[in-house]
Amino acid sequence: MTDLQKLTIGKALNLGLRRAMEEDPKVLIMGEDVGKLGGVFRITDGLQKDFGEQRVLDTPLAESGIIGTAVGLAVRGFRPVCEIQFEGFIFPGFDQISSQLAKLHYRTQGKIKMPVVIRVPFGGGIGAVEHHSESPESLFAHIPGLKVVSISNAVDAYWGIQQAIKSDDPILFFEPKRLYHSGALRAEIDVAGTPQQMFSSQVVREGTTATVVAYGPSVKVALDAAAAAEDEGKSLEVIDLRTLSPLDLGPVFESVRKTGRLIALSEAPSESSLTSEIAARVQQECFYSLEAPVLRVTGFDTPYPPAKLEEHYLPDLDRVLHAVDRSLAW
Amino acid sequence: MPSEQWTHPEPGDGPAAVAAQPSPEQVIAGLRATSEGGAELTQLLTPEGERVPSPQFDKYVDDVDDEALRGLYRDMVLVRRADREANAMQRQGQLGIWVPLLGQEAAQIGSGRALKKNDMAFPSYREHGVAYARGVDMKDLLGIFRCTDHSGWDYQGTGFHPYTIVIGNQVLNAAGYAMGQKFEGKVGDDDGEATICYFGDGATSQGDVHEGFVWAAVYDAPLVFFCQNNQWAISEPTERQSRLPLYQRARGYGFPGIRVDGNDVLACLAVSRWALDECRHGNGPVLIEAFTYRMDAHTTTDDPSRYRLSDELEEWKLKDPIERVRAFLARKGGADHDFFDQVQAEADAFAADLREYTFNMPEPPPERIFSNVYAEGNPVLEAQREEFLSYLDGFVSAGEH
Ligand SMILES: Cc1ncc(C[n+]2csc(CCOP(=O)(O)OP(=O)(O)O)c2C)c(N)n1
Repeated sequence: MTDLQKLTIGKALNLGLRRAMEEDPKVLIMGEDVGKLGGVFRITDGLQKDFGEQRVLDTPLAESGIIGTAVGLAVRGFRPVCEIQFEGFIFPGFDQISSQLAKLHYRTQGKIKMPVVIRVPFGGGIGAVEHHSESPESLFAHIPGLKVVSISNAVDAYWGIQQAIKSDDPILFFEPKRLYHSGALRAEIDVAGTPQQMFSSQVVREGTTATVVAYGPSVKVALDAAAAAEDEGKSLEVIDLRTLSPLDLGPVFESVRKTGRLIALSEAPSESSLTSEIAARVQQECFYSLEAPVLRVTGFDTPYPPAKLEEHYLPDLDRVLHAVDRSLAW
Repeated sequence: MPSEQWTHPEPGDGPAAVAAQPSPEQVIAGLRATSEGGAELTQLLTPEGERVPSPQFDKYVDDVDDEALRGLYRDMVLVRRADREANAMQRQGQLGIWVPLLGQEAAQIGSGRALKKNDMAFPSYREHGVAYARGVDMKDLLGIFRCTDHSGWDYQGTGFHPYTIVIGNQVLNAAGYAMGQKFEGKVGDDDGEATICYFGDGATSQGDVHEGFVWAAVYDAPLVFFCQNNQWAISEPTERQSRLPLYQRARGYGFPGIRVDGNDVLACLAVSRWALDECRHGNGPVLIEAFTYRMDAHTTTDDPSRYRLSDELEEWKLKDPIERVRAFLARKGGADHDFFDQVQAEADAFAADLREYTFNMPEPPPERIFSNVYAEGNPVLEAQREEFLSYLDGFVSAGEH
């Protein structure tokens, strides 16, 4: 049976959450403004109306509280899905995430499971004030015991959120906020079909000149760059990491063995980040295939600047193409 | 409806009283009980503009003669006019976002005007009126909302800390600052220093705010916690944050809490002066809950029609903080039509000036991204900056810019 629907990332998440709640009465949604308002991005729109206030909880305004109580609810057998309003507000909850959520399974030799999902809208490009445009995902990827996911399209939004909720491990689920309602990224999804394995990276465009690896909002930048490069006679292979911890670098190694060049793309600052990790691992695995050093195109090692400067801060198509040229000139 | 108010059972009240749980309706009634002017609400000026005597607080506004009152009126009108102008500019695409203060003018002007030169204020992000009262040029606030800057005024000179967007963070920062005032021996008499810290009703749920209460209490910090309870934290009403009226929480931390009519500028001035005085003399901290109402959206990206009823807004419009001062002044002959017209004209000019400034605000150059990340040099960043600037130069020389 197929059931095709054309959905934006935001609508796909909403429908994915709805399906997960229908399938399992233990799934709860909790966060600030997720009920009546449907979340500040409307991702949980209509869910409280249909599932009630005990399944969709408008919580007090406290992130440590949201995550800490989700831990307790999980101990009690629930599967909480927490929404953090903007990535910059996750830090009051950092202690609960790193000290309890990530470690309880290990500390109890597997007796306690932590099926908690934390949804985090992240990334820039929306012209916002401070703390609304950051990319802190590397900080979480660095914490053992957590899985970190970042979606880039509606298909993964729909299936990924359901798979994350089904997982018995705690998952940080990073969502590219500036693409939530992008009509251009609307995708036809067979919502009754079968998903592919989420914890794997994926080649989203094949090419031969160089490889660009990206995740979340940067995947679109990479694809746009690849389209532009084609006009210049260059063929870029684009890989969407999808899962940031654990990293599935197999397809990246394979691609680098083919193209000999890698550009790692991300909005986050570069020092001690996911792109650092990718560069290290690729040079270790593909040393003899590399025609040029792995290059990184990232945000700068500064706090996120005032939004009037974000067009300079955020890696764009030109910066990716410039890196490709530098790689080719090696 | 003070009779419906649920008060916390005392240990001596017996097992039945302790076991009794309030119904959700009782909780809400309790949280709102004093909104109609119950015994616990400090009010000096009714919504109709009548002066109510207060044995405890009258002395704190003894000096407020007609001229001073006209000054408070003018402050509120100017601040509201600036707020409306900024809101309109956001709608016209000139500001990225705006955080309206509509309805909260009395809470901000009353408390802001109670501060002395050496006091320090720690705002959250809606305190445009306090900024104005501290002498911050309101133009300097607009960079934040036009997204050219993260902050931008003289913090020491004005005694007005940068805005804080992460809910609750500033409360601990204020506690630390006030501890510093105490450690330096700046409290103890009429000339003592004090700190005031602003936050919302939603913020009271954050750990940082609780920790701020604890710190200020155990170090006897000269800190006035000024909670503007505007009834909503985006879409969540106060009953999503508390069972008790917020001012009553202070007791659990061991310092006084008081609820003031946040739409009454005279009462806000008096209560803030009293609380700051307590702090100056070393008797702090104090919690003030200014009971008020956010008459506009949470921010320009919010849609309040999704969560609140227009009845509520209509009800609060009758308690408008500016109208009651106007009525009071008019009734006692403290101001005539000319005065009100003149203030309006001044407010329009004030707004026009802000508008012109905003439209001409210079955009920061790209190198600003890299400036002031560290107080001392950072070679990695320096290299990144050089590389990026030469990359940008490449476009210019290639004629692509
Ligand atoms: C730690 C944190 N979590 C979430 C937010 C998003 N947010 C901004 S304002 C707000 C509501 C604040 O309500 P309240 O404290 O009552 O103050 P008000 O805005 O009503 O003055 C929320 C949830 C934030 N800025 N910081």
